[in-house]
Amino acid sequence: MTRYVVGRIVQAAVVLWAAFTLTFAILYLLPSNPMQLQLAAAGIEQDSLTPDQFAAMQHKFGLDQSIWEQYWQHLSGVLHGDFGDSLSQQVPVLDLIGQRIGSTLLLSVSAAVVSLLAGSALAYLATFVRWNPLRLVLTRLPALGASFPQFFIALFLIQFLSFQLGWFPATGTEGVVSLVMPVATIAVVTSSVLAQVLIKSFDETLSQPYIITARAKGLSRTAVHLRHAFRNAALPAMTILGVIVGLTVTSSIVVETVFTREGVGKLAQEAVLSQDVPVVLAVVTLAATVFVTVNLVVDLLYPLLDPRISHVRAKVTAPEVVPA
Amino acid sequence: MTAVLTETDPILTPAEETRTRHGGRLGTLARKPGFLLASLYVLFVISVAFRPGLFSSQDPYGTHPESSMQPPSGAHLFGTDVYGRDLWSRVLHGSPLTIKATLIALAIALIAGLGLGIVSGFFGGLTDGFLMRVIDVLLAIPGLLLALSIVTALGYGTIPVAVAVGVGIVPGFARTTRAEVLRVKTLPYVEAARAGGASWGRVLLRHILPNSWGPVAVLAVLDAGVAIIAIASLSFLGFGAAPPAAEWGTLIADGRNYLVTSWWLSLLPGVFVALLVLSLNHIAKTFQELGR
Repeated sequence: MTRYVVGRIVQAAVVLWAAFTLTFAILYLLPSNPMQLQLAAAGIEQDSLTPDQFAAMQHKFGLDQSIWEQYWQHLSGVLHGDFGDSLSQQVPVLDLIGQRIGSTLLLSVSAAVVSLLAGSALAYLATFVRWNPLRLVLTRLPALGASFPQFFIALFLIQFLSFQLGWFPATGTEGVVSLVMPVATIAVVTSSVLAQVLIKSFDETLSQPYIITARAKGLSRTAVHLRHAFRNAALPAMTILGVIVGLTVTSSIVVETVFTREGVGKLAQEAVLSQDVPVVLAVVTLAATVFVTVNLVVDLLYPLLDPRISHVRAKVTAPEVVPA
Repeated sequence: MTAVLTETDPILTPAEETRTRHGGRLGTLARKPGFLLASLYVLFVISVAFRPGLFSSQDPYGTHPESSMQPPSGAHLFGTDVYGRDLWSRVLHGSPLTIKATLIALAIALIAGLGLGIVSGFFGGLTDGFLMRVIDVLLAIPGLLLALSIVTALGYGTIPVAVAVGVGIVPGFARTTRAEVLRVKTLPYVEAARAGGASWGRVLLRHILPNSWGPVAVLAVLDAGVAIIAIASLSFLGFGAAPPAAEWGTLIADGRNYLVTSWWLSLLPGVFVALLVLSLNHIAKTFQELGR
């Protein structure tokens, strides 16, 4: 058991390191002219610099070193909790993220909770209802929800709930009311993804012999559904918990941009627009950390919740779900 | 997508067997109105992507200040924008950019994903272990963020966005192909072909590849929808083609500023995109059910 846990943690750390390295490679090896990119981000015209100033800037960005030295500096920096300075705002990247992480965490966690509740409720109803037309509508609903681009859902909500009905503010970060529409936007997509997996899992569970046994000994449908089927059906859905959290994190980019919320997602969007490489690297690394950690926790919890799974075979791979 | 991975051999009941033999698959498809509608819409959008002028006579870039911000009507199906440009025509002329970006993204994902999946599934062992770890790493970075870092490095425009989205959907293709190759590799006809003296290369090309290809094709249709959403999202965030050319995402983003007074500027192009994704998902789902 200990060996499995340690092995899994080491594996997660290696994946995380590789993800950081890959992102670093994309950001520092792909650009044809990294100096131009970083000067542009800092808002400096390359032509206005004397060769001496140019060399000084190059030294400041660390671009006069070999790529290995740059990589090593960034990696050791990250391990010491230092992501360098933002090019466009000249403040430590970690400060920028620190100011905004609270708002994004609140948004992501609320969206994940709402998605879990709504997704489970929908899957439960879709498999419980016996009237066929309604059942069909309910089972098709998740596919519909997953087909809408998030920015479209957001604009739709703004148009109707904000401008027409005036229920919620269209933009801003103030108070709980401003959270309702962003959370709803994310939840439409993530709860659809979850409901799709849950409905399939419910269907498989309900055809198991122990369900028939439970019905045969006289238990009501509700009792069987709630006590016998739900817990077993929910297990496979746990494997996509990481995917759900990952989706809420990436969704924050679009959602915070549309609702003008000051958060890490909007920071990421602005960083790409100003080609602020250190900020992009930091945000991607943080998001990967969250995603890998959630998957690690799910993997470690899974054998505890389902003792049938031995520790050796417990590596459950989540289905790939779409970047929305 | 798990359905694709865990799919086993189709076991036909006698009734189904007669149906496939007599009615044929096309007959079954023709009896599904939803599928027909979805296919027609996808065909419409694809033909628009190659000949945007076919369904609209108006100039997408011609400004008519006197008729700006008109709501949808017979003359302007989607209304007009702030410069009086016909929105319907702008949406149609935006399709070549978005559809081409989608096709490039899919091509990247198909070539890289099929290649990785086949090598991984066919050779197995250390190669497989290594390639699957690479895929794990790609999966550890949430899709949109991976795309954002690629766009930061490559700059803006239709091609960088297409590349970024394509790389993001490679892992799914690689895993599906690998699972299929692993399944087909152990089937008796592969053994028979080997026993009959065919080389591994021939077995791979003539026997394994054609039989692994079904679920991958379904995934390609499904991921076309995913890619369209991702591409539209990236151009919505402002990383797409430069104005006045307008991808769908850019059109929707532009209309956002006039949402209070002119809802159609954002919402109608949005519906256009959503319908396309919905159609693609429905087609993929129908194929999946048929393959079972």
